[in-house]
Amino acid sequence: MEYVFDGRAKRLTLILMAVGLLSIVLGFFGGDHASQRVWTSILISGFFFFGVGLTGTFFLAIQYAAESGWPTVLKRIFEGVAAYLPIGSLALILVFLAGTFHFHHIYHWMDAELYDPASPHYDELIAHKQAYLNLPFWWIRTIAYLAVYIWFTMLFRKRSLMEDELTVDPKPFFIKNQTLAAVFLVFFGYTSVTASWDWIMSIDTHWFSTIFGWYIFSGMWISGMVMMTLLVVYLKGKGLMEFVNDSHMHDMGKWVFAISFLWTYLFFCQFMLYWYSDIPEEVMYFQARINDYTWLFWGTLLINFIFPMLLLMSKDAKRNPGFLVFVGVIIFFGHWMDVFMIISPGAMKDHGVIGLVEIGTFLGFLGLFLYIVLGALAKRPLLVKNHPMLEESLHHHIN
Amino acid sequence: MQREAAIREPLILGNKTYHQITEDVCAPVEGKANKYWYIVFSISVMVALWGLGCILYTIGRGIGTWGLNTTVAWAWDITNFVWWVGIGHAGTLISAVLLLFRQKWRMAINRSAEAMTIFAVMMAALFPGIHMGRIWMAYWVFPLPNTFGSLWVNFNSPLLWDVFAISTYFSVSLVFWYIGLIPDFATIRDRAVKPVSKMAYSVLSFGWTGNAKAWIRFEEVSLVLAGLATPLVFSVHSIVSMDFATSVIPGWHTTIFPPYFVAGAIFSGFAMVQTLLLMARKVLHLESYITIKHAEYMNIVIVITGSMVGVAYLSELFISWYSGVEYEAYAFLNRATGPYWWAYWSMMTCNVITPQLFWFKKLRTSLIVSFVLSIFVNIGMWFERFVIIVTSLHRDYIPSSWSMFHPTFVDIGIFLGTIGIFFTLFLLFSRFFPVLALNELKSILKSSGDNYKKQH
Repeated sequence: MEYVFDGRAKRLTLILMAVGLLSIVLGFFGGDHASQRVWTSILISGFFFFGVGLTGTFFLAIQYAAESGWPTVLKRIFEGVAAYLPIGSLALILVFLAGTFHFHHIYHWMDAELYDPASPHYDELIAHKQAYLNLPFWWIRTIAYLAVYIWFTMLFRKRSLMEDELTVDPKPFFIKNQTLAAVFLVFFGYTSVTASWDWIMSIDTHWFSTIFGWYIFSGMWISGMVMMTLLVVYLKGKGLMEFVNDSHMHDMGKWVFAISFLWTYLFFCQFMLYWYSDIPEEVMYFQARINDYTWLFWGTLLINFIFPMLLLMSKDAKRNPGFLVFVGVIIFFGHWMDVFMIISPGAMKDHGVIGLVEIGTFLGFLGLFLYIVLGALAKRPLLVKNHPMLEESLHHHIN
Repeated sequence: MQREAAIREPLILGNKTYHQITEDVCAPVEGKANKYWYIVFSISVMVALWGLGCILYTIGRGIGTWGLNTTVAWAWDITNFVWWVGIGHAGTLISAVLLLFRQKWRMAINRSAEAMTIFAVMMAALFPGIHMGRIWMAYWVFPLPNTFGSLWVNFNSPLLWDVFAISTYFSVSLVFWYIGLIPDFATIRDRAVKPVSKMAYSVLSFGWTGNAKAWIRFEEVSLVLAGLATPLVFSVHSIVSMDFATSVIPGWHTTIFPPYFVAGAIFSGFAMVQTLLLMARKVLHLESYITIKHAEYMNIVIVITGSMVGVAYLSELFISWYSGVEYEAYAFLNRATGPYWWAYWSMMTCNVITPQLFWFKKLRTSLIVSFVLSIFVNIGMWFERFVIIVTSLHRDYIPSSWSMFHPTFVDIGIFLGTIGIFFTLFLLFSRFFPVLALNELKSILKSSGDNYKKQH
């Protein structure tokens, strides 16, 4: 059973990419703050889909490390989503390069004048952070994160294809995968925190929050989880994944449900503690969001928490593909809104809006993402072979 | 029909039948205790009595008998409280979260882990009670109507949220534990020969008949309770952390506190489960059920949660510098290099460094190493709370109010006493309750039993 990526699906992704490109190009002629707005928009969607791709590798590694059996039949989906990482990284690098060469000022701290005590723009607080926030060190970290993430992703992919061809006992192969997964998770555990400081928290350069890395990570995880669930529903709907049964869908639904709660929990911890203590240098982050983006701020919370909580509570809902798609699409967009809420107020101050540029860029990245992921899924059979947990997964049954 | 992968290791060793499981689990309840049990029990009771004496002394004389002073107004009492609540986390994680994750190895450890949880939460709840000074007023922590006067609990205070969080957690854990016990009590009841124990166990087993309908409801209620208890695993220690994090004390006020406390609680809870079970399996001859694989799984949980705690420590440390807030930076510098440096480095060593040894398969499958490292974690997690609480308080804003904390014999006595009470209760539990969930254990015999796995 192989998926063929052509016809309508391919045309649709190309159209989406064209829409994205058009809105980016036209966005540059959008009057005041036009360039800043376009770059911010690329960072928002670029980072969002990068996170979705990274979740593919992370979730795959989790399954190995936890000796989890049931998702083995879905393994190719995780790998397919992860296939976006190299291109996704390029999109991020593009934004970072543009920032480094001052095409935009999303990363305020990249301005050398802030560190010069003689300059009128000298900023004592940012100068204090110079040991960490300086271009060479920051770039070294960025390249290191991306290179290692991509390297592991390719390695898992390569080994997965090798496993299909195995003629010997797959057990040692599996155990080696477990070790690799554990090594990746340790690296990911540390760098997902520091990467979110570097790429996202540094936008609001004065601000700081210790929970920030885990908060960003949970947002990535839920977005990736939803995307993987939607892809399974799509391929199953085409009759290509008959081996995926109700129990697998139920478990994917449970993950979407559970990680929505995790995200809400981390959101709440960060928000509540800063709101409660009301210390100026901490609470300003939320003041900027609540004052300038009132509806979006509360709307994001509402969509990403209340929606999955109410709609995915029951077992039947989690096993109903139509329902999963309905809830999934809404919270997928909801988490894009969350990334917007995290990035835009720092980068655009009170000028940020979700307009044609932002929506267009989102659609463009969606097209790019699907083009690569569906292309990757089409290259290999959708069911792995020789995986020691395969039989267990094929017979997966829960009440 | 489920089919377990051949690659999975057996969870019940030896040539066990359903009947043999019943025999093995009921043996400690039906037989006589050996002399080691009596020796350990006597020591525990004596320590417990000493602790009770110190508690009574505190109640009689007031909390001036403790080493507190105006600068360090919170010390061992709250340290012990948080330590015990943290330990009380593993039970519900094992019973609820691992049930949702369908982890079959949970069957061998959930019963004693849940018992441990209940006892640990009881020990924890003791400390706020006696810290009130007038313990006979303890019911005032509940939001009672105003007829008692003008006093009304402060809903803005995380200390009040704690009252709700812990009482909810305790109730749900107790119900969960007890419902699991009902079929096993019934098994003991059916086997009992002495009239007194027959009567006692028939009362305890609530007239369990074991018919199919009863089992269906049993499984349904377990899942519902697991669903309710999972958020509680997060909420309790999150709210405990908010006792500190909502305040504006440098070193306390940081957003990572709630998830980091939860990770730390699971970490310390699993360490305590490891400590207790490695002893219990030996003394009660349960080596076939609590296998080296079980110890290994627990060690893996310990190394994961320990590493999460490590990430949190480093995040805090880094952000204290990055933020540019000099009070925060000083608080952390003082922790690591100030007069309490030894507490900080004990914490770092025991919580972050030594658990990393579990990355090596050889070490995490060694029972001696597991036992020793679990003790290290227990110690390290006590120091963590001590570091957070005392080192953040002892250097007040004005150097003239700087001070140190010196525990009195009462502080030490109460802490040791709670360990004594805890062990006394646990030892009694191991004599009168089925320490393994024997009926649940039987449900995995055919999929994970050594003899059945070999046949396939």
